[in-house]
Amino acid sequence: MRPRYVNLGAKETRAGFGVGLVEAAERDTRVVALSADLMGSLKMETFAKRFPERFFQCGVAEANMIGVAAGLATVGFIPFVGTFANFATGRVYDQIRQSVCYSGKNVKIAASHAGLTLGEDGATHQMLEDIGLMRGLPGMVVLSPCDYNQTRLATLAAAQIEGPVYLRFGRPAVPNFTPPEDPTFQIGKAQVLLEGTDGVIFATGHIVWEALQASYALEERGLQIAVVNIHTLKPIDVEGVVKWLERTPVVVTAEEHQIHNGLGDIISHIATQYYPRFVERVAVADTFGESGKPQELLEKYGLSAAFIVKAVERALRRV
Amino acid sequence: MDIRELEKIAAQVRRDALRMIYMAQSGHPGGALGAADIFVALYFAHMKHQPQPFSPSGVGEDVFILSNGHICASWYAVLARSGYFPIEELATFRRINSRLQGHPATKEHLPGVRVATGSLGQGLSVGIGIALGKKLMGDPHRVYVMIGDGESNEGQIWEAALFAAHHKVDNLIAITDRNYKQIDGDTREVLDTDPLEEKWRAFGWEVLSLRKAHDFAEILTVLQQAVELSGRGRPIMIIAYTTMGKGVDFMEGDYRWHGKPPSPSEYERAIAQLPATLQDF
Repeated sequence: MRPRYVNLGAKETRAGFGVGLVEAAERDTRVVALSADLMGSLKMETFAKRFPERFFQCGVAEANMIGVAAGLATVGFIPFVGTFANFATGRVYDQIRQSVCYSGKNVKIAASHAGLTLGEDGATHQMLEDIGLMRGLPGMVVLSPCDYNQTRLATLAAAQIEGPVYLRFGRPAVPNFTPPEDPTFQIGKAQVLLEGTDGVIFATGHIVWEALQASYALEERGLQIAVVNIHTLKPIDVEGVVKWLERTPVVVTAEEHQIHNGLGDIISHIATQYYPRFVERVAVADTFGESGKPQELLEKYGLSAAFIVKAVERALRRV
Repeated sequence: MDIRELEKIAAQVRRDALRMIYMAQSGHPGGALGAADIFVALYFAHMKHQPQPFSPSGVGEDVFILSNGHICASWYAVLARSGYFPIEELATFRRINSRLQGHPATKEHLPGVRVATGSLGQGLSVGIGIALGKKLMGDPHRVYVMIGDGESNEGQIWEAALFAAHHKVDNLIAITDRNYKQIDGDTREVLDTDPLEEKWRAFGWEVLSLRKAHDFAEILTVLQQAVELSGRGRPIMIIAYTTMGKGVDFMEGDYRWHGKPPSPSEYERAIAQLPATLQDF
């Protein structure tokens, strides 16, 4: 019942996006792509080579890029815009709000380098507020896949969703542990990776791997802590979350995002509305990041497996 | 359509816009009156477009985007009078449960509107995307976008300017509503955009000057010149020297009429200058 997920080899989630984008374009001629001078970083080069007439280099001009994408969507194309998470959200929030979401345009916003783990570039680029920004927009679907394979699948899924999608992924190579084709990955459904009777960790993005390691560490102490991957942050799988709240009072959330407005708030919202539980959060504590190696940052800002274990211990003490 | 007929429609459209704004006790009369003639020229004499059934994608027809969405009262009147929706609906402007939102929107599915505008600087980029899409799918029709000169303070306008020239978006005809007025005053005092024609030329656009922006013969001539310049590798910008508040003597050229409705006595003076030329809504 409790599989041992193994690292199939560290891979960048952004590379999963690049591969998924090419596949999506092969399957559907309406798929086009736009980049704001980051086609290399977003792994869009293969797409640009394979489909030069469907690729639009926008330069370092993200606001215009969002608008051009909205225009392409108006006539029936499925545009993917690709840039770093802070330029893909905060910088162009009003453009996404008015030209994409309020206008109901079928635009996919692909955001790489989300969270702390982009590393050495530091806090200017370490976007930790994007989930909150994007999930606040009516009509926006927010996806946060956990590894390379899942990012590829999420990209393919995004192309098939009718309407705006925010697709969040990261920079560094991280453990790739989900299968290439994964029937348990369904948009809008919480993905149960590990069952457990003593508690539950809801995690998203790169931190899902850390949550698995935390659960395995606790297993050695005789605790069975479930790990549920919330790859679809909006629309949230209320039923899939409530099921766990009913089963256990030990509830932890873990994410590479500010403590405000992210997964912790999403789960807490459900816990206050449907099934009351205390929720222990692992997230960045309302502060900016800094330069460093990804793992160093996860340790310093309290997001690694060890901190998830501590959060489970706090939750256990409250029971 | 002959010019006298266009003038007659434009006179009614001005009257419509003023009545709409007065009835709603809110709105933007100055720009709506100033751009009315260009809207009428586009929809009644220049663009190849199909009001019914309305196609949100605009594929197979010319498309117009109003980027300076706040001046929509007269645009809505033109859309209604050219057959996009019933003219009686103009009476719902800015009211609860209306399709005629304070700024153009698609959520309520008002025929004629293809993207929400109002937060400034965004419509030109969207128009560029539509134009690129038309090229990609082999649709020979053109995209028209109006922007404001106050709106041209926005950085996104100049991002769009760079992009359209770089990508040779030559099926795009933009029009700047150059009335030299914005909310806080004269554009030359708030944030000077002059020399505007030179700026667009320097950005790689074909630039046409529409000096008599309330003269239909001149408007149609310049629009035709723009069409002739299209398809040659450059986007086109028409700088239209409009008069804010055109048609109501005390509103003309006065920036204070950017965004307020007339009082009852002002309305009486204004509407007397805009007699009905067609059936009122």
